[in-house]
Amino acid sequence: MVYTTMEGALFEPTLYIVKGMCILDNDGNRVLAKYYDKDVLPTPKEQKAFEKNLFNKTHRANSEIIILDGLTCVYKSNVDLFFYVMGSSHENELILQSVLNALYESVSILLRRNVEKRILMDSLDAVMLAFDEICDRGVILDSDPTSIVGRAALRTEDVPLGEQTVVQVLQSAKEQLKWSLLK
Amino acid sequence: MSSFKREKKEEEDGGGSPYQNLDKTIVLQEARYFNETPVNPRKCSHILSKILFLLNQGEKLSTQEATDVFFATTKLFQSKDVMLRRMVYLCIKELSKLAQDVIIVTSSLTKDMTGKEDLYRAAAIRALCSITDSTMLQAIERYMKQAIVDKNPAVRSAALVSALHLSTSVPDLVRRWANEAQEAVNSDNAMVSYHALGILASTRRNDKLSTVKLITPLTKYTLKSQYALCLLIRMVAQLIDDDDSEASTPYIRFIQSCLGHKSEMILYEAAHAILNLKKTPRDLASSAVSVLQLFCGSSKATLRLAGARTLARLTSKHPTAVAACAVDLENLISDPNRSVATLAVTTLLATGAESSVDRLMKQISSFVSEISDEFKIVVVKAIRRLCQKFPRKHQSLAAFLAGMLRDEGGLEYKAAIADAIIALVEENPDAKETGLAHLCEFIEDCEHTALAVRILHLLGREGPKSRQPSRYIRFIYNRVILESGPVRAAAVSAVAQFGAQRPELLPNIRVLLARCEMDDEDEVRDRAIYYNAILDTADQELINDYIIDVPKPNPVLLEKALRDHMANQSQEAFDILTVPTEELKEAKEDVVEIEVRNKPKLLSMEEIYSEQLARVPGIDKLGPLFKTNPPVELTEPETEYRVRLLKHVFVRHAILQFECINTLSDQVLEQVHVRLECPPEYVVRFILPCPQLAYDKPASVFVVIDYPSAYLDSLGTFGATLEFVVRDCDPNTGIPDPGEGYADTYPLEEFYMGCADQIRARAMGDDWEQTWERAANILEISDTYALPETDPGAAAKSVCEYLGLPKATIVGDAVKEIRGGGVFRGGAPFLVKARIASSNVGVTMLIAARSPREDVAQLLLAAVG
Repeated sequence: MVYTTMEGALFEPTLYIVKGMCILDNDGNRVLAKYYDKDVLPTPKEQKAFEKNLFNKTHRANSEIIILDGLTCVYKSNVDLFFYVMGSSHENELILQSVLNALYESVSILLRRNVEKRILMDSLDAVMLAFDEICDRGVILDSDPTSIVGRAALRTEDVPLGEQTVVQVLQSAKEQLKWSLLK
Repeated sequence: MSSFKREKKEEEDGGGSPYQNLDKTIVLQEARYFNETPVNPRKCSHILSKILFLLNQGEKLSTQEATDVFFATTKLFQSKDVMLRRMVYLCIKELSKLAQDVIIVTSSLTKDMTGKEDLYRAAAIRALCSITDSTMLQAIERYMKQAIVDKNPAVRSAALVSALHLSTSVPDLVRRWANEAQEAVNSDNAMVSYHALGILASTRRNDKLSTVKLITPLTKYTLKSQYALCLLIRMVAQLIDDDDSEASTPYIRFIQSCLGHKSEMILYEAAHAILNLKKTPRDLASSAVSVLQLFCGSSKATLRLAGARTLARLTSKHPTAVAACAVDLENLISDPNRSVATLAVTTLLATGAESSVDRLMKQISSFVSEISDEFKIVVVKAIRRLCQKFPRKHQSLAAFLAGMLRDEGGLEYKAAIADAIIALVEENPDAKETGLAHLCEFIEDCEHTALAVRILHLLGREGPKSRQPSRYIRFIYNRVILESGPVRAAAVSAVAQFGAQRPELLPNIRVLLARCEMDDEDEVRDRAIYYNAILDTADQELINDYIIDVPKPNPVLLEKALRDHMANQSQEAFDILTVPTEELKEAKEDVVEIEVRNKPKLLSMEEIYSEQLARVPGIDKLGPLFKTNPPVELTEPETEYRVRLLKHVFVRHAILQFECINTLSDQVLEQVHVRLECPPEYVVRFILPCPQLAYDKPASVFVVIDYPSAYLDSLGTFGATLEFVVRDCDPNTGIPDPGEGYADTYPLEEFYMGCADQIRARAMGDDWEQTWERAANILEISDTYALPETDPGAAAKSVCEYLGLPKATIVGDAVKEIRGGGVFRGGAPFLVKARIASSNVGVTMLIAARSPREDVAQLLLAAVG
């Protein structure tokens, strides 16, 4: 990492904004995690140590954001799941927050508002796809939960997928969102 | 009952989850199921999730395992199930880093990306680009170009983002798609426009003119995407920073207009940009600060953190603006978010007044035990700065630091505290006794060897100068009895310092050292015998040079010099004086450090360049490198070719390294030479030309010159011209056009070989007077000069620059005195003393130089004359 003094520096005009995203359970174990910068936490060992540390510092204090190991981490929790988005300590915190919202909302829609570990594990494949649709190697790909879910929720319970059209899939995703907003 | 509970807990945890206790071998076995026809999408998709889950948990696959799974996965392309296909893509992306021959799926993916199913296409592009390398790229280039202009926004975004990833390995690729990307910026879809702008920003990073062309229309038109607008603000801010002429006014107005945006993200981006410009426009600063103040009062922690952190980082740039926000920050001291609270406290500490120190310290102590070590270090550093700022508060600050020392904490944290106390001891004479007492107490119970050794060293240095040196000896000698080898050895050295500097203690010290001669540890014994022997001689000069003031060579360079010496099998004895000593730390600009950040490894100039220099043939004959001077620019900043010069100084030679950058993308320079016009007596020995200078890739021309035999002749001005053959090339590929090219030259600015280039300053301790006196019988030359400056302070600074001495050598108020010393190339030591005062005719200077070599002393005077 090239080091420049952080003092009075402008933000870097880059698309590579997200350093990592993860979901942890209420014991601090990893449910899903992705790290996007090969200079930031490159090995699984470092990542897990970081996650442990992150969890210990955040699971009791419900305060949205923390600066840890030179990373800005925004977070949000529900029942037994903790959602985190990590970025450089020299990055617009509100952009990271918007990515976290996208992640949380998408998962929430996917799980029909039952954001808890057991239900998430049942739809793990869709959540993996949502991860993939939100961020591609550190670049924010999409932050609109409706369109993310439209491209990640490809299976509905009853109708076999082969008999659904794309329009139907999108329609059902939209309905889910409406339902969630009305709630 | 308890077993029932456990079961219940397990049930809650796993809930019979299929992902619980997955076994790698079993899952890999299951992958065989992919070969069955017809494919069962649901089942296969589930197996793929399990594989991905395992990989995500950090499970490692061998290349063979990964390749097997990868090939099994490719069978699943038979199925038309959308979900399954998407999972296959995910798997391909994950396995592409581990498996072999991943390119076999290229055709399947290409088919998907050009097919009809929209849900495949975007993801297929991204998967394809993750397995593609530069050699494969040509085959899919056409499709990528089409995808960028596709009507489906997801496909466009996927193509743009993938192109950006590819551009790190194939930089000219994206330039070929610039037109398509340019069009995409104006897309109605927010993300497409954001990604397109991002690509253009990265390809035009070094091309100001086209960045201007790109940005100007965008500033007049409201971008749909907030992200794109943020990015645009960043690009605009950089342009303003690069160009402080009138031309940047419309850009400043653009950022100003963003301050009225309704989105907080944009507001913040704009305020942040304004305050971090090199020159913040005065009329905008207050409105930008008020945005931050608003954030500080927000109910959302993220906004508070953004506000507080931005303010914190501005403490040295806009101290008054930050001080004006003191009330807002004080409200944040008890913030439930610890990061916010700590930022607020450290910022207040950095900007606050003396009167508020005590109150702040109280507030800090209320929560210091709850924050992480990293943040504690930040707090400690803030306190350290306070010690410098308000020396009168040393009592309470030192007490606070000592309290922190006693608390739990890791090595780094403890080291930071010790550093703070050490700095306090060194800088503030009033605090010396209390500070040393705290440290003595600390080493009584310090589990960190490295730290104990450092503190013992400090006690050895500072202790003998205190009023009651004997009280420290007890603490030090306790270590000899109780501690491990390294600490005992350090304690012996510290004790010896007392013996060397305080004759009244010498008899006792001799007894202590004699006891240490019986130690089990070799190092301890050796040191004790060594010090005892030197103290025995009672030769003051010997004691000074080998106990009190021992020069410390830079260890990395010493090792290198020794290796070179061994390799040359030279008959001469190795001269340690030719190795650069540890760099004198210039009094650093007072950078206020608010946050934890990853420190880079600090390398000296010599270490950075030694690798590049190794390419020069015959360099091993030149002897050890004496010094590398900081670079000098030989061209204006915005010219076609940029050249900067590094002077590497050896004993009788110098290597001039011309670091060239070609900023023209449509040219390649070949056979790049430098023609040098040397001052008389200089001889050019050898030129190592640069065979090719491609666009934006720095390369160097090396010129080895012999110094004139007389030192006095070594001052002089050089003229230089760059000579080369220009060949036009394709800006995209960098491949030169056929044909000969033509020879051209490019004049460089003149440069000077001065005295400062050939000198290495040496750290002079407090006892400079004594050193100067001891050199009384050495040859001295002195003279008086009238200086052109009007202010003695400025004059002293420029004299220091000429002589290559650090500014820290300047002492005195009305009459400035420079007290410096160092080594000239070749190893001749020297001392300089200059008195600078203003008189009715201007500023005059009386300078005296002492050196065993008369010509070195003369040269020093000639340099300032």
